[in-house]
Amino acid sequence: MRRTTYIVVAGVVLLFGLSWVLHAVSMSGEADGIERAFMITMAAFLTLAIYSFLYKDNPFYKFAEHLYVGVSAAYWMCQAFWSTIVGNLFPRLSEGLSNYFQQPYQASGWNITYWIPVILGIMLLMRLTEKYGWMSRWPLAMIVGTTAGLNFVRYLRSDFVVQVSSTFMPLLGEDPHRWQGFGAFISNLDLSATGQLAAIVSNWVIFFGVICGIIYFYFSKEHSGAFGRASRLGIWILMITFGASFGYTVMGRISLLVGRITFLFRDWLEIIS
Amino acid sequence: MRRQIPFGLVFIFGIFMVFQFFVPHEKSEWVYEFLLDWIIVIGIFALALGIWSLFKVSVEKIKQGKEGGNYSYITLVGLYMMVAFGFTQQTGEGWGLYFLWIMLCSACIVSLMRLRASTDSGKKRMWALASVGFLVAAVLVAIFDDAWAFFLYTPEGLENSMFEIFFDHIMMPILATMFSLLAFYIASAAYRAFRARNVLASLLLLAALLVMSRFNPVIPGAEYVANASNWLMNVPNLAAQRAIVIGIGLGIVGTALKIILGIERGYMGRG
Repeated sequence: MRRTTYIVVAGVVLLFGLSWVLHAVSMSGEADGIERAFMITMAAFLTLAIYSFLYKDNPFYKFAEHLYVGVSAAYWMCQAFWSTIVGNLFPRLSEGLSNYFQQPYQASGWNITYWIPVILGIMLLMRLTEKYGWMSRWPLAMIVGTTAGLNFVRYLRSDFVVQVSSTFMPLLGEDPHRWQGFGAFISNLDLSATGQLAAIVSNWVIFFGVICGIIYFYFSKEHSGAFGRASRLGIWILMITFGASFGYTVMGRISLLVGRITFLFRDWLEIIS
Repeated sequence: MRRQIPFGLVFIFGIFMVFQFFVPHEKSEWVYEFLLDWIIVIGIFALALGIWSLFKVSVEKIKQGKEGGNYSYITLVGLYMMVAFGFTQQTGEGWGLYFLWIMLCSACIVSLMRLRASTDSGKKRMWALASVGFLVAAVLVAIFDDAWAFFLYTPEGLENSMFEIFFDHIMMPILATMFSLLAFYIASAAYRAFRARNVLASLLLLAALLVMSRFNPVIPGAEYVANASNWLMNVPNLAAQRAIVIGIGLGIVGTALKIILGIERGYMGRG
């Protein structure tokens, strides 16, 4: 088993080197050709390493996984440091710091308040010490309280009030499909997607679909009789949604898969143009 | 007292955020903007805490010789390399001994980790010597090679081509491949789920097939399929999504209220 692992690793290293050399030769006329050849080979290797998980968990997959964790953590740390701390915080904290980091000082009478989150941030780092770990609860409380208050009003408005008000639709059509009597409806019967019939049916489906969907999730009353029938209709609507979401997700993932396969066959193997 | 003050702070900040929404005064909006800025700044410190935690966990895994601990070397070297790229930049045309410096520093990190993990005194000495050797060599390269330089005060590092190349050729391929991997598992799940055993399963199957064939121009009646699929997404799908969103919204509002009033306290931990 150990011997087989060594042979596989040696084979992969050999293929990696071969790919690098071949790409470097084909890019010899370009600037940074050797580095670019290495990075294309590396990207192809990492792509295949991740796909190797389809067979089973293996060292190549683990290599790619651990590399991603380290690289992405450092990437976001660098971005946060340079763009948020140096780019936005230091120019407000003090003129000296701004000059030191060669950033234009943003003078304001209230800049002193920006020292408060810095102090709270340092208190958060106290979590690393056993003795003063309790101090990290203050900034945590500030974040949790602010986020809870923000989410309370935000979701109450966007996920409840707006959704409920949008559900109350004109069941007999609206301009330009306003209901003008049964006679007019029959004489102007239009089965197209933009016709009056389609608009009215859609509004009914949305209105009763939402009510029946909510009824399905209401478990404080037994689902029997008219309530049960509404609940049954609710699960039908929900199943259509789950199917649609499933199909939508499949399409998204397939498009990503096509992107990776294109990279392998066009950029790496250069089989397709 | 160490727990009561934080709960008081949660209540004050939570109530203020609710209050400012209903009182859209200039001053309350000004405080609101400041609070949002504060959260971003504290979030950066939380990110630093997370990275320190990642570093500590990786080092501990190596030290304790846990299964798969050797992969932590890769995490640490990847972490170091990206940080190094983020604070350095070439000053001339070529890279000089930059990559040698990167390799020497990586070797120094690996040696230090091996030193921590070793129990044998002879091996400890060997790894100590190796780490000092690599460090001295890296320092000498950094001093005498003028093809690149450290940029600790200005964000030149973000424009370092290696920083961008690592993002484009390491981070993005892994991320996209990870997500595309789900296509295979979804295909496997579809094989089990897409069986018209009853009305509900048939509805699921039909809806999924309709949505998946939406952009397919080859199938007969592609225009009608696209229209039907759009209607499915915009009408029945919207209705059920709205029912779910209303439920989620009420759940979030309830949880937020419990947190503000101090009924839910699990996030504060014990002690």
